[in-house]
Amino acid sequence: MIEWLTWAQIAVAVVAGLLGVALGLLGRTPNDLTMGATALVTMLLVVQVVVSLLAPVFGNTATGSALEFWVYLVTALLIPPLAIVWGLVDRTRWSTVILGVANLAVAVMLYRMYQIWFVQVA
Amino acid sequence: MTTTTSSRSTGVGRVLIAVYGLLALAATGRSVFQLLDDFERAPVAYALSALAAVVYILATVALIMPGDVWYRVAWITIGFEFLGVLVVGLLSIFDPVLFPAKTVWSMFGRGYGFVPLVLPILGMLWLYRHRARVTPAAVSESPAV
Repeated sequence: MIEWLTWAQIAVAVVAGLLGVALGLLGRTPNDLTMGATALVTMLLVVQVVVSLLAPVFGNTATGSALEFWVYLVTALLIPPLAIVWGLVDRTRWSTVILGVANLAVAVMLYRMYQIWFVQVA
Repeated sequence: MTTTTSSRSTGVGRVLIAVYGLLALAATGRSVFQLLDDFERAPVAYALSALAAVVYILATVALIMPGDVWYRVAWITIGFEFLGVLVVGLLSIFDPVLFPAKTVWSMFGRGYGFVPLVLPILGMLWLYRHRARVTPAAVSESPAV
């Protein structure tokens, strides 16, 4: 994990999340903006997978449990694509809210991953 | 307009279902990790995590599926969650030795932003308002817009 990259990623996920919840509550159905933001969150998660696979090679290892970290990362990686599929199938404003909720959940999980990688002493 | 889909899976109910799905995923993820990592360390807490994960999955499915039976399953699973979060929440405060490791329900679900505490309340309200009658399906709920 790279610290600045992770923070940037959390920021993107939070913005995408708030955007989805707000636009959904305003009555917008999933559009290029909300779907695109969710796709961006997904792509950044893929980047995170690559970074986290390579980082230990350069001596940047998790301070906490690597297994727990990967369970979080793999689970997080499932969420935005599922929300995008939901948004394609169910064209209602609630799907936009769901896109938002999914991105917020990813933000929380990224923060947990950050803690596992950098903060834990265990 | 009558539809064959569950009246429980319309409108804002879809958000409820999605959040249930998320929690099911989160609880399953945690449970898988705990079972793989070190089950012996806290068998009670870890077994409970696994049980909670199964209940969340069942509740998610029950909310999606139409019909009386699933309606009852939804009540049972969501009621069980509510009981679980209250009992485990209290126990984790008064008898922390019993729960040396975290579960979804420890400290009333604090590790999950108290979502496990709030969600069953919203779920039960939603179920109460969508009793399994043959209602003119969700006239007030305009699906698109």
